[in-house]
Amino acid sequence: MQEEVKNNNIQTAKAWKPKILAIFCNWCTYTASDLAGVSRLKYPATTRVVRIMCSGRLDPQFILTAFSEGADAILIGGCHPGDCHYATGNYKCLRRFHLIQKYMKQMNIEPERLRLEWISASEGKRLAEVIGEMTETITKLGQSKIKQQVANIEK
Amino acid sequence: MSNNKEEIRIGVYICHCGHNIAGAVDVVGVAEYAAKLPNVVISKDYKYMCSDPGQELIAADIKEYNLNRIVVTSCSPLLHEKTFREATTKAGLNQYFMQMVNIRENVSWVNENFDDATEKSKDLVRAAVQRVAFQRALEKQKVPVNPNVLIVGGGIAGISAALTMANAGKKVYLVEKESTIGGHMAIFDKTFPTLDCAACILTPKMSSVKNHPNITLWTYSEVSNVEGFVGNYKVQVTRKPRYVIEDLCVGCMLCVEKCIFKEGKFPDEFNQGLSKRKPVYVPFPQATPLVAVIDDKTCIHFKTGKCTQTCKTACDRNAIDFDQKPEIKEIEVGTVLLTTGFQAFDAKKVPYYGYGKYPNVFTSLEVERMVNASGPTEGHVLTREGKAPKSVGIIHCVGSRDEKTHKWCSRVCCMYSLKLAHLIKEHTGADVYNFYIDMRTPGKGYEEFYDKLLHEDVHFIRGRVSEVTDWITSPEEEGKLIIRAEDTMIGMVRRIPVDMVVLAVGMEPRDDAQEIRKMFNISCSTEGFFLERHPKLAPVNTFTDGVFIAGACQGPRDIPDSVAQAGAAAAEALVLIDSGHVELEPNTAYIVDEICSGCKSCLNICPYKAITFDLEKNKSSINVALCKGCGTCVAACPSSAIKQNLFEDVEIFSEIKGIFVE
Ligand code: FES
Repeated sequence: MQEEVKNNNIQTAKAWKPKILAIFCNWCTYTASDLAGVSRLKYPATTRVVRIMCSGRLDPQFILTAFSEGADAILIGGCHPGDCHYATGNYKCLRRFHLIQKYMKQMNIEPERLRLEWISASEGKRLAEVIGEMTETITKLGQSKIKQQVANIEK
Repeated sequence: MSNNKEEIRIGVYICHCGHNIAGAVDVVGVAEYAAKLPNVVISKDYKYMCSDPGQELIAADIKEYNLNRIVVTSCSPLLHEKTFREATTKAGLNQYFMQMVNIRENVSWVNENFDDATEKSKDLVRAAVQRVAFQRALEKQKVPVNPNVLIVGGGIAGISAALTMANAGKKVYLVEKESTIGGHMAIFDKTFPTLDCAACILTPKMSSVKNHPNITLWTYSEVSNVEGFVGNYKVQVTRKPRYVIEDLCVGCMLCVEKCIFKEGKFPDEFNQGLSKRKPVYVPFPQATPLVAVIDDKTCIHFKTGKCTQTCKTACDRNAIDFDQKPEIKEIEVGTVLLTTGFQAFDAKKVPYYGYGKYPNVFTSLEVERMVNASGPTEGHVLTREGKAPKSVGIIHCVGSRDEKTHKWCSRVCCMYSLKLAHLIKEHTGADVYNFYIDMRTPGKGYEEFYDKLLHEDVHFIRGRVSEVTDWITSPEEEGKLIIRAEDTMIGMVRRIPVDMVVLAVGMEPRDDAQEIRKMFNISCSTEGFFLERHPKLAPVNTFTDGVFIAGACQGPRDIPDSVAQAGAAAAEALVLIDSGHVELEPNTAYIVDEICSGCKSCLNICPYKAITFDLEKNKSSINVALCKGCGTCVAACPSSAIKQNLFEDVEIFSEIKGIFVE
């Protein structure tokens, strides 16, 4: 317990910046992310990308795990409706997204902490904008307390 | 599923990418940090990891330190995953024991704060180190490649590619939307900078296509459905009814002659509307195939049902069939080449240049037809009043290099404007003014052509034209069109009165590009042209294996470049075909029988119907040949009985945890 307090202090001393887990599908949003890079667009260093082949691979558990491990927010990126490389994976993703949203509501987690965006391979600019916006929102919202709460429950 | 007994020994390699990464991330710091992570035996940073010495460094370490997992921290896996997998294989390690971390496209090129970028890189490396420990040895699956190829679009790119592939002995299906092949090149009179006649060099190729034993040519046809994947595509082509039986028609034109319309009445598309055609017509004398077509939107028979059908009675070969219905063809091919071309910018979208308002404002394509000896004016450049113009203004960059329309340079307009200037001068002796922003003439013999024009007494005015107007300010301007432009050479606005204005319209993506893109599962760039896999190193490949692009559907380009690209695309397709098989990523899903509870919730979720239910065992099972590895069923299985190779739960979870847990 003692140690935890100390750790927390160090965290705040370092000036907290949000950490956002970004889960991108390989064909659209990951490619858009590459495009943003190639175009040298600038956005804050708040995201950490995990690549999956299709947003249909999104398991709600990914989200819950990320929150309980300390993610301040999660951004899911997939192809636009009708454009999924595997035809319909993004629709399945959308369904799960709604489910997770409901669950988050019950858990009293601010809805802004989870965002789903359809970003096509050509929309590098959009990707940079979304990350910029999200960083701003989450910075205002402050650090997520879920990790702390989960740790308390487990105790 | 890491073997418990196996000791995990990881090597981490951080690439500087010259200054690309090292300039924005503390690469040495990241390497030092990685060295302290669990299971990491060695961690190094190096200037160019992808270079030969870089790859050899990894290979040597694998042997020396007995490494069994590799983390390469450099650029996007979409760029160099293959390179580093090969390097891993060469050193005797299974390629799937290598994991890449993207700190260039995803970090150094986009994040400006040095400390934050370094922090982020460390997080990502930590995540990969945790993930890679769980990665397993996998083998690529081999699937045979069907040697037949589909080429969509019969312009010069499609024609060239079709001939190359057919000459290599492959069966080619060439599908063209219009009733003839030839594309835009068939419309042109002469080609720059050699001024050789477009038809003379194109039409022999068109007939070679028609007569080639290995080419099946379907004009007036469209691809209506595509299924399958690299090596094995099932394609549906819809042949629209042309109401003339192709095998019977010999192109004698008797039906056209005997049509109840004595004169042409409808705008002739091939001549850019400068002449009129009948409802039954042949687009141009060298159309390939040389088969008449009946336009059901203008034909009296289709509009009222009360035509005497003089065309039908005139045809002694009984080739006319008013009851023709769309015909569906099903084909199987292994590779696809998209050569669907471009469309010309619609000049009406820039009203200040007066196209459609002032009769004597023409588009460059209209003038191409006019200067052509077999065109609507038999080679005479004429105003709408039928007079030869004494002065002509050519406005460059219409619909190009303009914030309001398209930002890109269409690459061909400067050169074709110079060509038209030369031809107009030759045909009429008129004063010709070229209004240009910059003169762009890169290409073999192009600058020399420009130089030639400079000595031909053609006027060049550097500056963007603000408007074309008939608002005259002096009696000499009577009956003329006034081009108002800034002359940036002398720093003033000039008014040039002319008899004829030519708008050098640019190239834009076709209206149906999005439809085609969806059908073949490829992407478009921001402008709407088809997106290549890599702008420099894979310009004719797409992100969908087995689908290649060439010509102006990928971006504005001229004939030589389109032909060169077509050759490249054909070569890429031939590589696939001749190797006989493709290797597919083993990222397919599989079911662990012992865990499957037989709940059937995965059955309807698979977009490829790859999951079936075994009633006897009361369990689901996946057909690997059909599975494409999206992982949707994996996430849907309530008992976690479905796993995905390369994207196992344990791999993704350790990656996520690795990001957050220090
Ligand atoms: S591949 Fe992008 S959402 Fe399915």
